Amino acid sequence: MTKVSMTVNGKAVSGEVEGRTLLSSFLREGLGLTGTHVGCDTSQCGACVVHVDGKPVKSCTVFAADVAGASVKTIEGMANADGSLSVIQQAFQDHHGLQCGFCTPGMVMSSAALLAENPKPTEAEVRHYLDGNICRCTGYHNIVKAVMAASGQDVSALAAE
Amino acid sequence: MHNFDFAKPSTIADAAKALGADGAQALSGGQTLIPTMKQRLAAPGVLVSLTGIKEMQGVCMGDGGLHVGAATPHAVVAKEAVAHYPALAALAGGIGDPAVRSRGTIGGSIANNDPAACYPSAVLASGATVVTNKRKIAADDYFQGLFTTALEEGEFITEVVFPIPQKAAYVKFNQPASRFALTGVFVAKFANGVRVGVTGAGNDGVFRWKEAEAALSANFSASAISGLTVDAGGMNTDLHGSAAYRANLVKVLTGRAVTAAG
Repeated sequence: MTKVSMTVNGKAVSGEVEGRTLLSSFLREGLGLTGTHVGCDTSQCGACVVHVDGKPVKSCTVFAADVAGASVKTIEGMANADGSLSVIQQAFQDHHGLQCGFCTPGMVMSSAALLAENPKPTEAEVRHYLDGNICRCTGYHNIVKAVMAASGQDVSALAAE
Repeated sequence: MHNFDFAKPSTIADAAKALGADGAQALSGGQTLIPTMKQRLAAPGVLVSLTGIKEMQGVCMGDGGLHVGAATPHAVVAKEAVAHYPALAALAGGIGDPAVRSRGTIGGSIANNDPAACYPSAVLASGATVVTNKRKIAADDYFQGLFTTALEEGEFITEVVFPIPQKAAYVKFNQPASRFALTGVFVAKFANGVRVGVTGAGNDGVFRWKEAEAALSANFSASAISGLTVDAGGMNTDLHGSAAYRANLVKVLTGRAVTAAG
């Protein structure tokens, strides 16, 4: 076991990890941040996406020790300072961008990464960027619509099935 | 997965030392290696992460063309290579998905030499030089079959140097579930000829389609290869596509890549 330290959602944290401890395990079991979901554990589904130094990563496919010292942001760090939902989260609620909610943490984190680098994406760009995030119930129309709405674009003409 | 000792050196010299240990294995992003270890198909005793080595990061022009540090993630190549080698940047920006591109690196990709990975086709078609901690290896000598390369025990890639072609393009046909290339073709036109690198299709991994190279060197247009056929005998078959299907894809995608290169 070795000790790793990093910044998670703005707070300095540390914990004991094995070499094989995944970032997703460290967040969920080490820090109790269970908002990051592990869907497939094979880097296919994207439910575990968090930001490491501002970049989206699949936390089930990164060792905690490999990101020691990094700044990590999880879904728990997405709400506004007063506890209200962030623009992206609110848009997912307003546009029914979630149903069971299992994929939602990853969807929100990937969407936030997209809007950080491309504030006004086209519908095609949103769909392409969310290629690595799989939803098995709502379907993608309302998720895409939520991301477009969160970017401040008119979504009245988008399909809403 | 089985446990291991983890090391993250910050210099090439320290990495070479760490990789000299018995059972040591390099980790360069881990987007293939970590899933492989979860399945217990690999169980190294020591894992040496190369992504903390600053001298192996980034993209810059230098002697021989574009130097890409082996630990540079795909997302960085996609952005920083655009001005120098747009076809390579486009390839990097199409690997996997955004989260995979944040972590996966060029060195990791070509050290693994997955037969359906994108990068090997660009390295081979560009006639790039693979630079390791010990020597320089020409692309034609580097790739040696499925998951097999010229790398020796304890040797690791530090950078890849790409000569810049006059025209180039990469076109792939995605396997939609895995996001790997069912078949992908990288075409690069240099002053002294055309090189065609094919990934995803061959039984022995990435290969050059030399008949197409000769035809395209004489006439760089998609029509130049219309009379050629690809022998399905050397092609891979799986549930996603037969050998004949892949052989056809090689020709179709080569034509599209030539057209895209302009």
